[in-house]
Amino acid sequence: MAASQHELEVTPTGTPLTVEAPGSLPPKGEPVAGKRARSEFVYFAFRNWKFVLGLSVVLVFVGLAIFGPMVTDHKPLEFSGPTDQSPSHEYWFGTTSFGQDVFTQFVFALRAAFLVGAVGGGIAWLLGAAIGFTAGYRSGWIDDLLNMLTNVVLVIPTLAILIIVAAYLNVHSYTTEAILIGLTSWPWAARAVRAQTFSLKTRDFVDIARLSGRRTTQIITTEIAPNMSSYLLMMFILLFGGAILIGASLDFLGLGPSTSVSLGLMMNSAYLSSALLLGSWWWFLPPGIGIIGIVGGFYVMNVGLDEIFNPKLREK
Amino acid sequence: MIRYLARKLVIYLVTFFVAVTIDWAIPRFMPGDPVEGLLARMHAQPESQQALTSYYSKAFGFDVPVWKQYLNFWAALLHGDLGVSIANYPTPVWELIRGAVPYTLALLVPAILLSFWAGNKVGALAARRKVLDNTVLPASYVLTATPQMWLGIVLAWVLATTLHWFPVSGAYDLSLQPAWTLEFARSFLHHWVLPFSALFLVAFGGWAIGMRNMIIYELEADYSNYLAALGAPTKLVRRYAYRNALLPQITGLALALGAVVAGAIVVEIVFSYPGLGTLTLSALQNRDYFLIQGIFLFLIMGVLIANLIIDIAYVFIDPRTRVGMQGGE
Repeated sequence: MAASQHELEVTPTGTPLTVEAPGSLPPKGEPVAGKRARSEFVYFAFRNWKFVLGLSVVLVFVGLAIFGPMVTDHKPLEFSGPTDQSPSHEYWFGTTSFGQDVFTQFVFALRAAFLVGAVGGGIAWLLGAAIGFTAGYRSGWIDDLLNMLTNVVLVIPTLAILIIVAAYLNVHSYTTEAILIGLTSWPWAARAVRAQTFSLKTRDFVDIARLSGRRTTQIITTEIAPNMSSYLLMMFILLFGGAILIGASLDFLGLGPSTSVSLGLMMNSAYLSSALLLGSWWWFLPPGIGIIGIVGGFYVMNVGLDEIFNPKLREK
Repeated sequence: MIRYLARKLVIYLVTFFVAVTIDWAIPRFMPGDPVEGLLARMHAQPESQQALTSYYSKAFGFDVPVWKQYLNFWAALLHGDLGVSIANYPTPVWELIRGAVPYTLALLVPAILLSFWAGNKVGALAARRKVLDNTVLPASYVLTATPQMWLGIVLAWVLATTLHWFPVSGAYDLSLQPAWTLEFARSFLHHWVLPFSALFLVAFGGWAIGMRNMIIYELEADYSNYLAALGAPTKLVRRYAYRNALLPQITGLALALGAVVAGAIVVEIVFSYPGLGTLTLSALQNRDYFLIQGIFLFLIMGVLIANLIIDIAYVFIDPRTRVGMQGGE
């Protein structure tokens, strides 16, 4: 048995997830304890500066994505104004060399980024959880088969497979792109969930549930999953950020939809129009800052959450 | 140890098999006729259309039953035949890839190894040291969330087009020919610094965060407390912690390979660096499908070989895999 109460799981982003040993959670089925746990969560959450900082940054971008398109009176791809303008009172983020308003492009692109993150990360999360739970709970050939599947998809570089799929399948919407991303980026999550389920299924409370004749799906959803809910939440956040980064690379390669704007596509057109040589920094800086803000905000929030869920990690 | 490596090898063989099958199946089972779709996007003249249609049908091997198409694909592949590039007709795909690979490797290998080494060292130093922790960690979080191509663009903007310290594109001065001369080596290094830095910095952030967290975790473990209680110097305790923390980091290295390769592809494009990434972009723009398929297979083979190397390294670092106990999962 491991010497420590926690287990660390490696993630591709470099931010390991810590998992509290399930035995130390309050007993299930006692509403009082549940309520106390929830208010305790809120208490610690808003005293953790990392969580608050990460959440605030993400919320700023959510706000921009929601209200930005309402404020602006341009269309993202419309050739409306003067070309190559630096930021001014009229064009907050300047204009592109086609005369498009960069601010308008930016806020619409943020919407696309959140869509890709939510749908892509969501699908990867569902697949990872479903495959991880099944593989971890059922041993034998189902585990072997799913494990092999996970390992195979894990080794194949996500972008490589997306390039070849997107090259043949013309991607017309960000939803399609997000689905493709979700279908290829679940393996590390599945592996992490499998390892957790594996150690949880030998616990007494799972044995009792099994003895009482509950069905497997029921045991997984009511006994195992709730005991690793914090883990599942943090996993979703990492997958969300990962999906945005992959989507940006795909769009930068010109494999995303070309009829609407995204952060990767903004970088792509800035690069192709030699914004670099012209020194149009207002064109190529915002998309990267947007990505760093959203993804970095999520990662920092995740560290905060980690400390909230694991009292041992809290700053002394 | 043999069993551990054999198990890994089986996984990689299956992966290779799956990758080849995907490479074969995607053009055939995607909605729509690939040849027609290809030609529609090529805007070919009507008279050349006919010739191209029959050429592609033959090149894809559509004139035989599906199972035979699949076997033919494997047969050609095992003979090292990846087809002929459409845009650079009649150069074989294999030749184009061979010309690009050295440049990609020259970026990737140093970026992977140096970022892993430096990130781990700095991350270990930062753990439990307030000042370092409060500077290195936030910087690392920003770096690990940065898209490599954007960092490349910013580096090129600041250091190349504004300050003129480094050239903005290419792998060497265009007045030179690739040769083993000092002049070429200097020009090559000068062009190499920026794309390398973009890849290095993003990966560095991830490793620093990972190692910092792992060390804190290991320093809390019983063996560390026991060592400390025996009166061992802090330096020794940290050295033990470092060795243990390195194991999950190496597992993470295998996981991160895909992301680094993806990063190299987009960074090369930013700097017009003549590696696989730039080749991918030109293949995509020219709809050079055989080339895209060839690059795909090549990338996967590269990642598989890298994985195998990491597995072998793991055997040397983790004694448990050598005696057939658990570990190396």
